[in-house]
Amino acid sequence: MTKMKFVCDAERCIECNGCVTACKNANETDWGIQRRRLVTIDDGQPTEVSISVACMHCDDAPCMAVCPTDCFYKTDDGIVLHDKDLCIGCGYCLYACPFGAPQFPKQSAFGERGKMDKCTYCAGGPADTKEEEYEKYGANRIAEGKLPLCAEMCATKALMAGPTDALTDIFRERMEKRGQSLAAWEPMQDDQSRETAATLNLDRMAYDASRQA
Amino acid sequence: MTSVLTPLLWYRRLLGLALMLLLTCVFATSTLAADPEAEIKQAIGGASQETWQDIGSTDDYIDTRADSSYNLINASGETWRQIRNTWVSPGGAIAIVGVLAILIVFYLVVGTKTLDEPRTGRLILRWTALERALHWTLATLFILLALTGLNLLFGKFVFRPLFGDGFWAPMIAGTKFVHNYLGPLFGIVLITMLAKWLTINLPKKHDLTWFKQGGGIVGKAHPPAGFANGGEKGWYWLLASVGLVVVVTGLVMDFPIFGQSRDTMQWMNVIHAVGSLGLMAVALGHIYIGTLGMEGAFDAMKSGYVDETWAKQHHSLWYEEVMNKADTAPQEKAVDDATAKAHRPN
Repeated sequence: MTKMKFVCDAERCIECNGCVTACKNANETDWGIQRRRLVTIDDGQPTEVSISVACMHCDDAPCMAVCPTDCFYKTDDGIVLHDKDLCIGCGYCLYACPFGAPQFPKQSAFGERGKMDKCTYCAGGPADTKEEEYEKYGANRIAEGKLPLCAEMCATKALMAGPTDALTDIFRERMEKRGQSLAAWEPMQDDQSRETAATLNLDRMAYDASRQA
Repeated sequence: MTSVLTPLLWYRRLLGLALMLLLTCVFATSTLAADPEAEIKQAIGGASQETWQDIGSTDDYIDTRADSSYNLINASGETWRQIRNTWVSPGGAIAIVGVLAILIVFYLVVGTKTLDEPRTGRLILRWTALERALHWTLATLFILLALTGLNLLFGKFVFRPLFGDGFWAPMIAGTKFVHNYLGPLFGIVLITMLAKWLTINLPKKHDLTWFKQGGGIVGKAHPPAGFANGGEKGWYWLLASVGLVVVVTGLVMDFPIFGQSRDTMQWMNVIHAVGSLGLMAVALGHIYIGTLGMEGAFDAMKSGYVDETWAKQHHSLWYEEVMNKADTAPQEKAVDDATAKAHRPN
C-alpha cells in the first residue's frame, strides 16, 4: 500500500497561515494547541522562504522509538497515530521529534503535561465511538475518503497531501514547468523500493524548490 | 431630501466598472504571458545552501505558533534517540544483569563471609535510630525509583505484551507519577544523609590498603578500617557525586517550567539514565554485602547493634578506639552507647 505524505512547495507558500487555521478548525484542538505551524527563514530578506510544518509522519519515526508507553502506531497508509489513553505526558516524543510536532496542553511542575497532541493527518485515533474520537483526536477525514483539511484548503496548493507517488509526479511537473533543475532527481536504485525512491525524490524536490530560482 | 439615483445613472456606473475590469484583465494577461525563461532569470533566489545547512541551529527564523521556540528542524532529536536506544538502554540492561550474574556466581563460589571467631554476645551501637531511619527511607525511595525508572526504560517490552493495554496504561501512568513525585523527596533525604555521614566518610591513607587487599572479600585478610571501611566510603562518595548528578538532572526534567530547551532535556535524560543505571548496578553489590554476603552486616542496620567480634574483624580501628575509650563495660554491651556514638574514627 502506498504511503501518505505531506509536502510543502516553498516556491508557492505565501505564509498566509490558512493551513494553520484550517487545521485548528477541523480538529477543534485545545486552547494553545496548534498542530501546524509556519516557519519563515530569512524573514524580510530577499531570500525569504516559508514552509508549513506539522507531523511529517516519518517512515522511521523517532517519537515511536523513544515512547516509554509505546503509545504510537503506524497505519497501513503510513500515518503515525497515538493512543491518548496510554500517553503519560513524559515529553520524550517532543525531545526526539525533528519537527516540534508533539504538543502538550500544559507544562507544570513534576512533569505534569497532560496528554500529548499532534497532527493525525486528519485520521483521528483509537476510540470506541466517533464522538469520543473527535473529542480526543479531532477529525477523521481519511475515514470519509478525504485528505487533511490543511492541504485541501491551501490557496496556492503549496501544501500538498496524498500518496507519495502522486505528490512526486505533481511536484516534478511543477519543477519542469518552472524550469527548475531536476538534478536532484534520481532514478530508483536496485536496493530501494519504489516507495522509498519516491519519498527521497520528494524530499530532494522540496529542498530544491526552496532554494533556487 | 435624499438624492435618488436614476436607473440611467446606475447603468452608466456599472458600464464604467465593467470597462475597468476588462482593461485590468487585458493588462494582467499580458504580464502573465511573459516569457517564463525571462521570468525565472528575474526571480529572486530562495534560501541559500548555507542557510539550509545551519537550519537546525539558526536563530534566523520566525514561527507562527504561540510561545514556540522551535526552529524548523530539531536535528539533535535523532542523535538523542540513537544514544538512548542504541547505547544507554542495552548498556544499562547489560550492566544490571551482568552485576546480578556476577553476584550469583560469587555467592555460589565464595559464599557468605562468616565471622572468624565466635560471637561474644556483647554488642556495640553502630547506627542510631535516626541513622537507620534515614538509611531505610533512602533505600525504600531508591528501590521505588529504580523499579519505576527501569519500567520507563524497559517496561514496554515486557508488561504491555504480557498483560495488555488495560493493565499497562494505569501501570505506566502510576510509574511516571511515583517517579516524578518521589524523585525530589529522594534528593532531600539523600542530601540529609550525606550531611549526616560526611565526617565518618572522610578518606584516610589506610583506605588505600583496604582497597589493595580487595576489602578482604576473598580470603582471610582483614584490612584495617575505621568506622566506615573503604568500600562504604566509596559508596558514600559515589552517591555524593553520581547520586547528586542524578538528582539534579532529574529535577531539571521534572520541572519543565523554566523554559528548558529540548537539547537540555535530551542531555539531562542521557546523564540521568547513565548515572542511575550505574548506581543501580553498584547498589546490587551494596545490597548483597549487606544481606547474603556478610554475616552480621544486616543486624547492624536492622537493630543498630553489632557484635564485638564483628566490629573487631571488619572495623579494627573503630573497635580499638571505642574499646580504649570505654569505661568498665556493662555485661550485655561491649561499650556503652554514648561512647560508641561519640567515637567514630575514619
